[in-house]
Amino acid sequence: MQEFVYIIASVLFILGLKRLGSAGTARQGNMLSACGMGLAVVATLVGSGFSWIWILLGIAIGSAIGAVAAKKVPMTGMPEMVALFNGSGGIASLFVGWASQVNPPGGQLTVAQAIPLYLAVVIGGVTFTGSMIAYLKLSEKIDGKPVQFKGQQIISIALLGALLAGGLLFTFNFSGVWIVLAVLLSFAFGVMVVIPIGGADMPVVIALLNSYSGLAACAAGFIISNTVLIVAGALVGASGLILTGIMCKAMNRSLSNVLFSGFGSADAGGAGKDVEGEAKPISADDTYYILESASSVVFVPGYGMAVAQAQHAVKELGALLEANGCEVSFAIHPVAGRMPGHMNVLLAEADVPYEQLVEPDDVNPNMAATDVAIVIGANDVVNPAARTDETSPLWGMPIINVDLAKTCIVLKRSLRPGYAGVENPLFFCENTRMLLGDAKASVQALVTAFKE
Amino acid sequence: MLEEQISLLEHLQRELGLLKEAMLQHQAEMMEAAGETAAAVSGGGNLGLTLFVFALAIFLGVELITKVPSQLHTPLMSGSNAISGITIVGALLAMQNVSGPAAIILGLLAVITATVNVVGGYLVTDRMLGMFKSKKKEEV
Repeated sequence: MQEFVYIIASVLFILGLKRLGSAGTARQGNMLSACGMGLAVVATLVGSGFSWIWILLGIAIGSAIGAVAAKKVPMTGMPEMVALFNGSGGIASLFVGWASQVNPPGGQLTVAQAIPLYLAVVIGGVTFTGSMIAYLKLSEKIDGKPVQFKGQQIISIALLGALLAGGLLFTFNFSGVWIVLAVLLSFAFGVMVVIPIGGADMPVVIALLNSYSGLAACAAGFIISNTVLIVAGALVGASGLILTGIMCKAMNRSLSNVLFSGFGSADAGGAGKDVEGEAKPISADDTYYILESASSVVFVPGYGMAVAQAQHAVKELGALLEANGCEVSFAIHPVAGRMPGHMNVLLAEADVPYEQLVEPDDVNPNMAATDVAIVIGANDVVNPAARTDETSPLWGMPIINVDLAKTCIVLKRSLRPGYAGVENPLFFCENTRMLLGDAKASVQALVTAFKE
Repeated sequence: MLEEQISLLEHLQRELGLLKEAMLQHQAEMMEAAGETAAAVSGGGNLGLTLFVFALAIFLGVELITKVPSQLHTPLMSGSNAISGITIVGALLAMQNVSGPAAIILGLLAVITATVNVVGGYLVTDRMLGMFKSKKKEEV
């Protein structure tokens, strides 16, 4: 009976994921998957010998934390929140593995259980500290720049070797010593894996850690031969890997390059050609005159829009332009922001019409005929060096070709290089104007100008 | 003549008794062996079967996700993150027939963290998708 309910739960997860794949059915898909989770929990609790007080206490505390966090987080803080939830799932699998060592299911561990047990602890531990570092970087509680030092990779390899050796020893005597060691080593390894990765590469890291948390759950499933854990964990593991692949492709880089190159650090080499020329600033009033006479405008949002919380003002400006007879679209690069699809969520929050959101491939062919491209807090995804400068670290990355538009207006706080630390020749282009200042204040100034 | 027949019958009876005993013993041995085989098969078969399920689920996951449009990447990620909270099932089972403070503390921590992942993950995904949906309505 229990197995039967687990099958239904697995089917609900599969259907849920499938429906998450298109905008119309996504919310329903999420509900289906939540129902599957509820069924799996209820089916598990049909049985005897449960310590109900502890279970209810745990569920009450966990639900309270989860619900409050989910309700309170602003949409701009979404990447951090996902990282935290992900870390929470990772460490849960670690605890499940550890508890299975202390109190083995079936009274006595076998080698076939010990291997996934050890894996659940290690993958769970790496997911936990990796996600925490990602959270700290995303919320700018620590510097988002890649941290690199001499011997870093040697330390990582040594940690990995020690983890492997500990795992081997654990399968011989099932001693708790090896598990405690594995917890400590995997925590250290998780930190080592994420600190060398820069903030701009966070979409890749988050997707990858998501995949890990699924694999950790999967390993926990193998300890107790539980099919619903294995199926659900494997689904998440696979989906995380696919997303990771999509993110890497959008940056024209391999996964190993993202993980090990320390992209954007000072000594990453190949900082690209020095850019010559002078950036031409523009005032909000002059920008208004340009926009007022434009018949097609493309907005290119980036992480800066999220930081400035400018999405509502941007939406208003878009609506005013449209009322003025102008064709408006929002070109969204797959890795804009700090999380896959970050910009889409923000613009959806601001109620930007769905059909105005376009992908780079849709907008690039018409760029030369576009009157104005407005770049709001985006940098690397519009850097023409990716197309023109073979020595640039960004070389080969698909970008949005805003430099080809008749006029390009860049909203930026200052002339500093982007997150990746690469100079942007776009700022010095003949047809580029810099509207310096806080993105939200700048956009609001334009909105006011239109209304008057 | 009669005595001969009686002794023959007694002999037969003895033989039958021995035969019966032997058969019973054989039966017991067979059953034991069969039990062992069954246990071996189900044990080995379980691992094989679970690995099989794992492999299929990985491929299914790849097929499901490959075609998702980029604007849904965030809800997809946070939705699948909520699914990884399925480890709550493992956490609950760790609380079955639990004994000793160490196991209880570990189990409790597992239940708490897994629940945070499940409840928070689903709610935040729903909140995000709610915004996507309201926009859809406007279109219609």
